[in-house]
Amino acid sequence: MTTFEAILLTIVTASTPLLIAALGELVTERSGVLNLGVEGMMAMGAACSFAAAVTFDSTLLGVGAGILAGALMSALFALVVLGFAANQVGSGLALTILGLGLSGLIGAPFVGARRDPVAPISIPGLSDLPIVGRLFFGQDLFVYVSIALTVAVAYYLTKTRSGLTLRSIGENHASAHALGLPVWRMRFLAILFGGACSGLAGAYLSLVYTRFWSPNMTAGRGWIALALVVFAAWRPGWALIGAYIFGAATVLQLHAQAAQFGVPSQLLSAVPYLATILALLLLSLRHGRAVGAPGSLGAPFVPDR
Amino acid sequence: MRFELTPRPTISPVMRTLAPVAAFVTAFLIAGLVIWLMGRSPIAAFQVYVSQPLSDPWALQELLVKATPLALIAIGLSYCFRANFWNIGAEGQYVMGAILGSWLALKTHGTDAGFWVMPAMLVLGIMGGALYGLIPAFLKTRFGVNEILTSLMLVYVAQLVLDYLVRGPWRDPKGFNFPQSVTFDPAATLPLLGEGSRVHYGTIFALVAVLVTAIVLGRTLFGYRLKLTGDAPRAARFAGFNAKRTTMAVFAISGGLAGLAGISEVSGQIGQLQPSISPGYGFTAITVAFLGRLNPIGILVASLVVALTFIGGESAQILLKLPLDLTQAFQGILLLCVLSADALVSHRIRFVTRGGRK
Repeated sequence: MTTFEAILLTIVTASTPLLIAALGELVTERSGVLNLGVEGMMAMGAACSFAAAVTFDSTLLGVGAGILAGALMSALFALVVLGFAANQVGSGLALTILGLGLSGLIGAPFVGARRDPVAPISIPGLSDLPIVGRLFFGQDLFVYVSIALTVAVAYYLTKTRSGLTLRSIGENHASAHALGLPVWRMRFLAILFGGACSGLAGAYLSLVYTRFWSPNMTAGRGWIALALVVFAAWRPGWALIGAYIFGAATVLQLHAQAAQFGVPSQLLSAVPYLATILALLLLSLRHGRAVGAPGSLGAPFVPDR
Repeated sequence: MRFELTPRPTISPVMRTLAPVAAFVTAFLIAGLVIWLMGRSPIAAFQVYVSQPLSDPWALQELLVKATPLALIAIGLSYCFRANFWNIGAEGQYVMGAILGSWLALKTHGTDAGFWVMPAMLVLGIMGGALYGLIPAFLKTRFGVNEILTSLMLVYVAQLVLDYLVRGPWRDPKGFNFPQSVTFDPAATLPLLGEGSRVHYGTIFALVAVLVTAIVLGRTLFGYRLKLTGDAPRAARFAGFNAKRTTMAVFAISGGLAGLAGISEVSGQIGQLQPSISPGYGFTAITVAFLGRLNPIGILVASLVVALTFIGGESAQILLKLPLDLTQAFQGILLLCVLSADALVSHRIRFVTRGGRK
């Protein structure tokens, strides 16, 4: 395998958790709820999945635990922002603080443990093709799930009745409520979906990407996923493109650090964060405002019945 | 059965004051439950977290030391949050203030520069934080970029800049390759309040900030402008208040106070630059600001209460082997409880049974 192929493969690995988390948050935000807790839910997903995978020696159980942890965290968020109509920005931040702390507690006994790599799938013949073989037909299962999820979310939002309901609730919850649409229930499900995706993204980080647990290992990826949703203008296809651009930026800066160009490594480490700011800036320059933002995004919903 | 919310016609001032207290008690009960689930005694934990620090004079000083940066940053954030702007990058502004202020300390190191060094460092600290805070404000007002994401991203950048400086150009050449700067000269050290005490002048700055903010928010047009911009942005526009200028002002104030906290901590407490100069003060201050209901006096009280969790967390780590992450988890729960309590003060919960309202 050439270096070039290796770089392409790691780009896919770096992009997949960003894509999964961004897709979950995209659905949540399309329902009109802003959940800034992605980073915390991801950390919980990473810690719980790793703990479960090591304890039961099963990657599958680990992934299940990660998804469950993310969903439970998001259910707590739903209770606070839907049940009590609390401020969404503050509550999301609180969820991140809570998730980072709690994941440290859960992961502490597992610091230093390692998992074996998850075997990539292999299709005889196709996987052995030069360059494209490993890239398209030899990834781990998560990668295909993330692509399928992109298509599924796009289909759901644009082609199904339920997706249309979700979007209309996100655009204007008062009108949707007046029409008798189930604002509360749809939002609850959308928040849960977002949490489950964040948990899955976290599971991918600790089980496939690093294969160990360390505190704060999410390193701002949850926040980058949030920025990706804005960058994608709330459209799944663009989230895919954005996730791969960011994944590429992350991997290339790592290779640049290894190559030692005489540039401080910290400057290169800052590239993903600076690139996020730059991407948001360029987007605003092109469109003037944040385009495609759901009308009711972030506003608490209290019906006048 | 499910429940729904209805807005209360009038909000009782008593409930408004008691809400943070109720939230704190709830958060404490949840934390106790977590500790119990971890197989530890919640009562022993309560003693280590609360009773012990409050009965030990040394710990009481430590409480002031920890509450100082929290109060300074939270006071600054209250300007932003009142006007409904989400500066969540105070941690980065704190770091940048510390960096710019320390630059002078390192420049004048070993020279016999006089008493002017310390005040100049404080000014530089404020400037560093304010300028760094103005980046998200500028991106927001000029280009409409969301301030939440940009201010947060800049935290990571600031920490990397600090890391680069203390490992690279600012590293103490005689420091056995440890990533830290030289120890600041006495002229570049923030004086302590009294001989043998641990409390430095930063505490005075925090008290002044509380006082000034109480006057600004309660008695000036600027304070009214913030409240109106936050509560009714359209009305503020009709009143002729320039929203862009308000944005820049609140970010500069909160960044400046975070920068002041940063340089005070480094020059009064740590005494040198090192890769980590904050246990997350910038993020914890968000909890402090809301626990204090964005009110200056409330924030002062809240900063002491939250500082207690830092000190308790440190002794619990030593005495009970409870990890420090528990403190962070508690702060997250506390913020969730505070925000929920806030919402419940302005809304009534009604339980609805299937088929009709009770």
